[in-house]
Formats: sequence, C-alpha cells, structure tokens
Amino acid sequence: MPQRSLFAMSQTDLEIVVEDPTAPEDDSPAIVSSGTIEIVVSLLLLALAATLGYDNWRTGISWDATGPEPGYFPFYLAIILGGASLYGLIAALIARRAAAATFVTRAQARRVMAVFVPTLLFCLVMQFLGLYVASFLLIAGFMRLIGKIALWKSLLTAFLFTAIMFVTFDIAFDVIMPKGPLEAAFGY
Amino acid sequence: MEAFGLLVHGFAVLLTGKTLVLMMVGLVLGVFVGVLPGLGGPNGVAILLPLTFTMDPTSAIVMLSCIYWGALFGGAITSILFNIPGEAWSVATTFDGYPMAQQGRAAEALTAAFTSSFIGSLVAVLLITFLAPMISSFALKFGPPEFFAVYLLTFCSFVGLGREAKHKTVISMSLGLLLAGVGMDTVSGQLRMTFGSAELLRGINFLVAVIGLFGISEILLTMEERLALRGHAASISLRVVLSVWKDLPKYWVTLVRSSFIGCWLGITPGGAIAASFMGYNLAKRFAKDPESFGKGRIEGVFAPETAAHASGTSALLPMLALGIPGSGTAAILLGGLMVWGLNPGPLLFVEHKDFVWGLIASMYLGNVVGLALVLTTVPIFASILRVPFAAVAPMIVVSCAIGAYAIQNAMFDIWLMLGFGVVGYVFKKIGIPLAPFTLALVLGNRAEDAFRLSMIGSAGDLRVFWSNGLVGSITTLAIVLLFWPMIERLVGRIGQLRRPVKA
Repeated sequence: MPQRSLFAMSQTDLEIVVEDPTAPEDDSPAIVSSGTIEIVVSLLLLALAATLGYDNWRTGISWDATGPEPGYFPFYLAIILGGASLYGLIAALIARRAAAATFVTRAQARRVMAVFVPTLLFCLVMQFLGLYVASFLLIAGFMRLIGKIALWKSLLTAFLFTAIMFVTFDIAFDVIMPKGPLEAAFGY
Repeated sequence: MEAFGLLVHGFAVLLTGKTLVLMMVGLVLGVFVGVLPGLGGPNGVAILLPLTFTMDPTSAIVMLSCIYWGALFGGAITSILFNIPGEAWSVATTFDGYPMAQQGRAAEALTAAFTSSFIGSLVAVLLITFLAPMISSFALKFGPPEFFAVYLLTFCSFVGLGREAKHKTVISMSLGLLLAGVGMDTVSGQLRMTFGSAELLRGINFLVAVIGLFGISEILLTMEERLALRGHAASISLRVVLSVWKDLPKYWVTLVRSSFIGCWLGITPGGAIAASFMGYNLAKRFAKDPESFGKGRIEGVFAPETAAHASGTSALLPMLALGIPGSGTAAILLGGLMVWGLNPGPLLFVEHKDFVWGLIASMYLGNVVGLALVLTTVPIFASILRVPFAAVAPMIVVSCAIGAYAIQNAMFDIWLMLGFGVVGYVFKKIGIPLAPFTLALVLGNRAEDAFRLSMIGSAGDLRVFWSNGLVGSITTLAIVLLFWPMIERLVGRIGQLRRPVKA
C-alpha cells in the first residue's frame, strides 16, 4: 500500500526524498560555450547602443534655451553602454582561446525549452482564450506531459489553482485579467 | 525621543485586525516563496505586488515587507534540511547548518537560524528607527545637485565595490538607465527611443522587467539543474528552542559582529550575500578552533544568518530616508511606493508619517510574529518541497503573467516580461549582474531629472557638482568609489614600497 507507507514516512524523522526522473545527464555534450554567447551578447548590446544613440542624437543632444535637450542624457548613456560592450567584446575575443566554459549542454537546453516553449504558447493562447483558460491548459498540460503526473491529479491541480487565482484577483481584489469566450459564457 | 513617540503611533496604525491578517498572509506567502525553488525574495515581492494595488499604501507595504521577512526566514529552511540554499544569501548557512542536520541536530540548527535572523533584523530595525528620521531631515536640505550626487554615489559604489567584472556592471547599469528613458520625456514631453511604437509610449515598466528578469529567468535556470533532493524532516520542540536560547549569550560577540557587518553592507549597496559570507568568515577567523567550522558548529549558523538578515533589513534604510534602495528587493518595494502614489525620498517622513511609521512598526511586529510562525510550522513548509517542480513551475509562470498584466492592463507587457525572462537567463549565465539594472531602471528617471535640473540651474556648468562642501564631498566620494579597485591596488603598492624589506 504505497499510500500508507508515505503516511508512515511523514510521521517519523526519515528523509524527504524527491526524485527527478527527467534530470539532464551530467555528461551531455555542450551546445555552445559561454565565450561565444558573450561575443553574441556584446554584439547585440553594441547594436542596441548604436540604435538608441542614433535615435537620441536625432532627438537632440545639445542645449537649447531651456537647458539640455531630451536626447542629451540618454545619448551619453548609449555611449557608455557601447563602450562597455566593446570592451566586453574584445575581452571575450581574447579570452576565447584560453577558456571555453560550457554555456548550456544539450540535455539542459532540452529542459529549458521544455519550460520556455509552453510559456510561449501560454502567452499566445492567453490572447484568444483569456488568462484563466490558458493557465488551466498550461498547468494541466505541463504536469501531465513534462512531469508525468497522473492525469486526474494534473487536471484537479490546474482547476483548483486557476479557480483560486480567479477568485483572488478578479473577485476579491478587483484586478481584472484578460478573458475569453468561456468567461463570457458565464457572464464575466 | 521623538522617534519613540512616532513609533508608538506606528504600532497604533498597525494594530487593526485587517493589518494583522495581512501580515500573517504576507509572512506565510513569504516563507513559501523562500522555500520553493525558482522563486526568491525579489520575484516573490514583484509577483505579489498586484495584490496590493487596490489596498491603501500602509496595508500594502506591511504585506509586502512581511513577504520579504518571510522569504528571508524561508531561505534557511531549505539550506539546513536539504543543503539547497533557497537564496544566494543562505549559501553560507549550509556550511554548518546541513552538517548539523545530518547529525540529527536539524531542530537545533533551525532554531539557531531563525533566532539569529530575528536578532539581525531587530538590530537593523533599531538602526532604521533612530537613524532614518535623522538622515531624511538632513536630506530635506538637498537640492537637485545633491540628489544627483547621491544617485551617482549609488551607481559608482555598485561598479567599484561589486564583485562582478566591472564592464559587466557598467553594461547592466547603463542599459537600465537607458531603458528607464524610453517613452515620453518628463521635462519636454517629447518622445524618446520609441521608434514609432505606440506600446513603447508608456515606457518600459519597471515591475514588468523585474518579473521577467527574476521570475521567468529563474524558472529557466532552475530547470537546468537536477531537481532531485534528499533532506531531513524536522520539527522543533519547545525544549530545543529553550536550550538554544539559553546558550545564546555565549555567542554574543558573533551576533554583535555579524549584526554590525550586516547593517553596514545593507546600507551601502553590497547586499545580503556579501554580508552572510563575511559574517561567516570572520566568525571562523576569530574562533579558537577554526577547523571545527563546516562540521556542524552552531556558530556557523548564527554568524551568516544574523548578517544576512541585518543586511536585508537595513537595505530599507536608504530607501526610506533618501528614496534609494539598498538591494534588489528594496528597489521593488520602491517601485511599489510609486504605484501607490507615494513619492519616495526624504519628504516621505514629513508627508506620510502614518505610512513610514506603520512600516517601521511592522518590521518589529513582523519579525516577532515571523519567528513564532516559522518555529511552529517548519514541518509543513519543509514538506512543500515534496510537491514536484513540474507542478510548481507552471504555477509560477501563471503568477508572473498575472503580475505583469495587472500593472498596466497591457498584453504587450506579457511579451515584454517573456523577453526580459530570456535576457535575464542569458545575463545570469554570462555573469552580467541584474541588481544594478534593477536599481538603474527604478532610479533612472529621477537621476536624469536631478541631473537636468542641476544643469539648468548652473547653465551647463559641471562644476555645480562641486559647488559646496556637501555636494562636492559626495561627488568626490562617488568618483573615488568608482575607481576603488585601482586606488586599492595603488595604495597597496605604495605600502609595499614603504615596508622595510625582510631579510
């Protein structure tokens, strides 16, 4: 009787044990090194600094009758950002040959995607079906498909959590969330 | 003792049934947040912020600060029972806390951790009670140049004293300041950096960024790791509590030293993490038998926990007195102040007495209630960890989305949150610190306003930042701190030259 043994365990001073069946393997090959990512990020930041710097220059970075123009302060910040990114880029290029620490392994990337993709879908679905239906789908789907948790547990947990959120935010605290056809059918 | 009278008034504001209930709710939620993997103090506070939008500011800040105290307490539970620091500042607690649990002394370690957290906070709150009103009344004389100098000091000390690579801190900070400027310029009404987008017109909301940076990215990072865990179940009996408390006076030196370190590092933006390590290392250095540390010594729990809490609490001092947060979480509370329509800064003590003293009184009460709560309910909170992460993760995602949407009722903010989640994940992995970004984003507009007002006042002359003794010394100190690592090296070299060569 697994139920009883679990109950007995919580009564004594035994250890709490939680397994992680889909944990990423330790020997998984690296996809990309930290050095490469640092270079990419530095380049992106440099591009951002240039774009924002240009936009502020266009807005006006000099002085007029009332004082500094709106672009003045952010323009110099863009220059600081650009300078620091350039430094980071050069530092990363020089250090590249010396150290190639792993940014993410294949197994880790798979797990990260296992959360990121559902989150992305959740945001998309929210626009059409509203937040609460999307939440129910996300929680139930994630628990069932990725956590391999029993279907009834997944559905029940998802329903309870979503219901509690609805009561707490939309009813008790008057924080209105995006809603879809289902809520409309119930008159909300 | 004007402060004392006002504090009593603060307790009177606080002691209503509704506030006390909110306090308990906040503490319980906070411990939850501290215990769960993938959630921490700053994101916990950020996610739960929308709950407080319709409350009056005093109730709101009481609940949020209680979430913060709860999270501080909660971090210790997982460190000791599972050897998993729920928060970065509880890493040092695992060194001796987990060995104690392995030896079957978990209850003792937990009691020690909670008690020393309580002591650390109490010392910091006392400091806030008496120092904050003085600093704020002094700061009432500040003009724009002084304020800009103080902002500069905050930013420079992050760069100079932070442990991350300097250019990464600068990147994080300048990016935050830049993004704070997106949208309508408050002085001229002109649009900046919006590129014709109607969504960017409102600007990039600070809280949306924080929820993405801390909430979503933390989920992504947590999933990378093996989430299996083995830990000790523990419940605390009154006998253990009393025996630990009886021994407490023996460790007074450690407690006082750690409180002092914590308060100091909390006020300067160094943070609770540095404080906890420093508290631990100093306790070890001054011990008669340093090699017994790391093997389950109770002082090894006292030292870091006292320091971490003292620092976490005293980080609120500059926020209350000057409107400058001393930590990431304080920055989020500051963001909350603005949502509730309060203007953070020295005027807070004059214009919103009820609010400020209610908050300070809630720090006392919250810590007492928190201590009682965690001592009695540890087994329940420890068992939360049995809930599989596959159930926790989507719930956190949903909470983040609710939080991000509720701030401005904008779908765009949900996408912004997701974007910041990815940015936060990448930044954390390549060592770009997020705290300076948070601070810069929340202070950006006010720093810029202070700068522009000073420049208008002086007709563009930068010497305005050295125009009197006060502003001059703050600006100079800021520049010294900015170049501190270089100055330190230089001083060290001169010292070496002057020291006689050993034969």
